[in-house]
Amino acid sequence: MTEPTENRRVYMDHQATTPVDPRVLDAMLPYFTEKFGNAASRSHAWGWEAEKAVDDARQRLAAAIGAKPREIVFTSGSTESDNLAILGVARMYRERGRHLVTCATEHKAVLDPMKSLERDGFEVTVLGVDRRGRLDLDELRAALRDDTILVSVMHANNEIGTIHPIAEIGRICKEKGVLFHTDATQTLGKEPIDVEEMGVDLLSANAHKVYGPKGVGLLYRRRRRPRVRLEPLQYGGGHEFGLRSGTLDVPGIVGFAAAVDLALAERETERARIAALRDRLQERLTSALTHVHVNGDPEARLACNLNVSFEFVEGESLLMGLEGIAVSSGSACTSASLEPSYVLHALGVGDALAHSSIRFSLGRWNTEEEVDYVAERTIEAVQRLRELSPLYEMAMEGIDLESIQWDAH
Amino acid sequence: MVYSEKVIDHYKNPRNVGSLPKDAPDVGTGVVGAPECGDVMKLQIRVEDGVIVDARFKTFGCGSAIASSSLATEWLKGRTVEEAQQIRNVDIVEELALPPVKIHCSVLAEDAIKQALADFRRKQGEGPEAAAPEAGNGEEAER
Repeated sequence: MTEPTENRRVYMDHQATTPVDPRVLDAMLPYFTEKFGNAASRSHAWGWEAEKAVDDARQRLAAAIGAKPREIVFTSGSTESDNLAILGVARMYRERGRHLVTCATEHKAVLDPMKSLERDGFEVTVLGVDRRGRLDLDELRAALRDDTILVSVMHANNEIGTIHPIAEIGRICKEKGVLFHTDATQTLGKEPIDVEEMGVDLLSANAHKVYGPKGVGLLYRRRRRPRVRLEPLQYGGGHEFGLRSGTLDVPGIVGFAAAVDLALAERETERARIAALRDRLQERLTSALTHVHVNGDPEARLACNLNVSFEFVEGESLLMGLEGIAVSSGSACTSASLEPSYVLHALGVGDALAHSSIRFSLGRWNTEEEVDYVAERTIEAVQRLRELSPLYEMAMEGIDLESIQWDAH
Repeated sequence: MVYSEKVIDHYKNPRNVGSLPKDAPDVGTGVVGAPECGDVMKLQIRVEDGVIVDARFKTFGCGSAIASSSLATEWLKGRTVEEAQQIRNVDIVEELALPPVKIHCSVLAEDAIKQALADFRRKQGEGPEAAAPEAGNGEEAER
């Protein structure tokens, strides 16, 4: 067997994280060494300098989503932002109501805090999705009750890329007077976001999905009409309007703003370029191979996302065949929980196909040549593994795999 | 998942991939696992005079599952049916240095071996669900 070209490395896992853009790093560097002050030090120039940098970043990030600077709370990342939004609202408004609504395909950073609230006496309605990962808005409307205090629906899904109609959901929530949180981790700097137009009251995002550093995120929190109040998760010092105590990560925050500025400056051209690459990859794979299923919504989908199931091939073994290429799989074998992707499960994709799924997510430095290389390597690996697959053999013999009594263990 | 070199070797150069005619009287077939669980192994043996002269596999599953079944076919060849019965999953775990989360792959391989042997015995008229004993080579299978 011929060895695949050694050491050729291609990163196509940008929905997991992105590299820091060198221009972002340049903006950050002075804040580690020369301008190292604590933004909360009010008594000297070092502190003022840091505070000014944070204020400036806050103002630019607020503008990026159509918010006011004082509505931005810096956090350690989207997981913390989601927790602060959900637990913060629930603990503040628990006398008003104990019901929350979310969606089955949300990130665990939303679903897990919801679960913890259920253990704490709250009631959570988890809305299902259709085969494309879309919510039924009538179902959402019907789920809202007098005691509903929060709806949390992500802007775009991290596994399948399906984009939810946030503005419509925002309108429904507003009609019912229910607060609306959206996790925009996958869309900040990639899709248009305006908290006013979208009727969003709380929004989570981070820097590392948009070519900024890891470890910094934000929570947008509406201050007027309505003023959203939150019970903080941590106390001590009263930073960030008393909502998130703790010394600010000044270089991280500076990098976050720089990263979002860069992304916004080229958002539309970059989105078109990446969508074209993604379509090329999809076309290559689906024309060369049979039994390939694209998961998610063919229309309302993030430009960078391609989630495909290669029937009869297990995902982790496929990843092994793609040595040097970074992609991810919905296979159980690649998850900490040893369960196949719950997102694909929610779409009604069978577990067998979930085990066979691969997520390609393209980014800023991917080229057409890389797409062709990845497509070629993937096609080769799938063909090789199908030769090894008893399921492929059975299917080729015309045996209906659904009709077999498997001894599940 | 960081794999041992042996797993990677079996994955890259799987031994004895293929299929034997499953209806042949001297062939035993074991198919274990389920697509929903992410692994299905098909393991086949051909027996002559009580000795496994050929073994083949096809596996849908992770690298460890592929390696476990590939290794199983290597170990089966040349063994008698009785000796084959003695192969244990722990031997596979040890040989491939499988991490704890992958032990089930070795269990599956042992099950596939057992099933293939049982299928062969059944065809020879010795199994619990014995059909009419085959004439000829059926007599020679177990000594």
